[in-house]
Amino acid sequence: MNIHEYQGKQVLKQYGVSVPEGHVAFSPEEAVKAAKELGSDVVVVKAQIHAGGRGKAGGVKLAKNLDEVREYAKELLGKVLVTHQTGPEGKEVKRLYIEAGSNIEKEYYLGLVLDRETSLVNLMGSEEGGMDIEEVAANTPERIFYEAIDPVVGLTGFQARRMAFNMNIPAKLVNKAAKLMLGLYQAYVEKDAAIVEINPLVVTGDGQVVALDAKFNFDANALYRHQDIMEMRDYDEEDAKEIEASKYDLSYISLDGNIGCMVNGAGLAMATMDTINYYGGSPANFLDVGGGATAEKVTEAFKIILSDKNVKGIFVNIFGGIMKCDIIAEGVIQAAKEVSLEVPLVVRLEGTNVEIGKKLLNESGLNIVAAGTMADGAKQIVELVG
Amino acid sequence: MSVYINKDTKVLVQGITGSTALFHTKQMLEYGTKIVAGVTPGKGGTEVEGVPVFNTVQDAVEATGANVSVIYVPAPFAADAILEATEAELDMAICITEHIPVLDMVKVKRYMEGKKTRLVGPNCPGVITPDECKIGIMPGYIHKKGHVGVVSRSGTLTYEATHQLSEEGIGQSTAVGIGGDPVNGTNFIDVLKEFNEDEDTYAVVMIGEIGGTAEEEAAQWVKENMTKPVVGFIGGQTAPEGKRMGHAGAIISGGKGTAADKIKAMNAAGIEVADTPSVIGETLIKVIKEKGLYDACKTH
Repeated sequence: MNIHEYQGKQVLKQYGVSVPEGHVAFSPEEAVKAAKELGSDVVVVKAQIHAGGRGKAGGVKLAKNLDEVREYAKELLGKVLVTHQTGPEGKEVKRLYIEAGSNIEKEYYLGLVLDRETSLVNLMGSEEGGMDIEEVAANTPERIFYEAIDPVVGLTGFQARRMAFNMNIPAKLVNKAAKLMLGLYQAYVEKDAAIVEINPLVVTGDGQVVALDAKFNFDANALYRHQDIMEMRDYDEEDAKEIEASKYDLSYISLDGNIGCMVNGAGLAMATMDTINYYGGSPANFLDVGGGATAEKVTEAFKIILSDKNVKGIFVNIFGGIMKCDIIAEGVIQAAKEVSLEVPLVVRLEGTNVEIGKKLLNESGLNIVAAGTMADGAKQIVELVG
Repeated sequence: MSVYINKDTKVLVQGITGSTALFHTKQMLEYGTKIVAGVTPGKGGTEVEGVPVFNTVQDAVEATGANVSVIYVPAPFAADAILEATEAELDMAICITEHIPVLDMVKVKRYMEGKKTRLVGPNCPGVITPDECKIGIMPGYIHKKGHVGVVSRSGTLTYEATHQLSEEGIGQSTAVGIGGDPVNGTNFIDVLKEFNEDEDTYAVVMIGEIGGTAEEEAAQWVKENMTKPVVGFIGGQTAPEGKRMGHAGAIISGGKGTAADKIKAMNAAGIEVADTPSVIGETLIKVIKEKGLYDACKTH
């Protein structure tokens, strides 16, 4: 789960990480009020969307007086920002963050992420701040430094200082930078983050080390123990169908095609998408109903698939392990009746209780095309959708 | 012969009184798995399906000599269950539970370093040596005893591949699901090493998916060490970047972990990769025919 920059900074503040003063604003009036309260000569008006690259897309403006604040707020609110992370459709700006301007001497990059190869959290730092770190990693990998963190002792003081020296932070500010890194790690671990990025981290003219941006992504599996983070969820930033799916514990991802898929197991769901593509079709979604699905859950999954107006046909591909085929069959029948299904439906069942499942479907009186294998099912649905 | 588990494996079920665990305990018993104990704190002294239940893993091991544990404990408590199995010095802990917070697993993995217990999973279907021992949630009937080793990051996709093999009369020595999480215990290389050394395994099917670089590392190992033919498949060839495909580990980020990279590395290591999941069985059969292993692998 992602949160906004201003929320990320609220989290950082709790851990002693220096951030500029700022207030969130939902209207030009609130923006002006926020700027007045800051009492700063220069304020920054920042569009809040769940995507990076806002600066380049014109989502960050420097205002020298209150009139400019109002002007920029009007301009940005309701504007659709297209960045390299939003996709071509972009994202509409609904919130602004009004922040005191900083006297920037130099920009750096700081991040925390899990290294899958070693199963350890790594602190990453670079002197190349303010740039796309993936570009830095591709072009000048020697300019990024890493510290692997032992979970027993956490990030240590010497590691943080070594990182600060490697990043060429001025010697007199190394201790301040190290303290910030320790706070950042604390926030990462205690809030179960998956990724934290501070880009840029800045050194200011008055000798402060400040997080000028904050990008947090949290481990969805750990949200149950972080009520405060859950409350920061902004549903406007997420796909409505994905939100609906998450209520029923379904793993659903919207895609661009026209064949709805319902599969059990993430690996099989991906492989089903691949197979549909292989036969010249295009999947409308990834949907894993999981292991413990009930007939009710399957019905909801069906409704979510059909709420996508692009869907011209559905392919159900189930290989039952935990999931029993008769449960899937019951759900499919119930759903098809409730939503008066008008698009072609191909079902492939295999695994636990497969005979009962097939019998239920045959006797349902519904127009269901049975498929023997995944390939057969994919071919049939691609042909039916045309 | 087989790898990891066989007819003598004495199994302990952690979280045995939960509904999923109960269902699968019955299934495992029916398959012939020797389940000697269950653990649910507070339910010690009771019995389910004729299996004695204990309060702690240590008690269960002392009383029954269990050497492998299977974990069905809910996600918030699953990491602790793995630690408990490790402390009791079991040979192996197979964790079925999905949705364990990743930082819990980072700690678990660090704790297990240098310890006796091998972890398989989490978020995996388990391990099966057909006709001898089934530990996990896979449907038993799709397997057949034989000589092909199967190792996979995905549960249902493993069933798919195994089913194809069995339908063609190609049995399996052991099938190992290593799980779809970013931090897990046993990896591809661990299992490939075992298969390479196992006299009864003649060929291997390796099923990966997008995310991470485990398949690339495994391919490198195969290139340098493997003496037996390996065929593969990678799920998620058409998945878009930045979208997590169900498994916590299945995400292409920063251009890393793409299916194309993995397939390239596997091909370079002499691993034939199936175009679609429906032809994993066919691909293996083609390769073992070329190597003159078909008759030896065919179950008569």
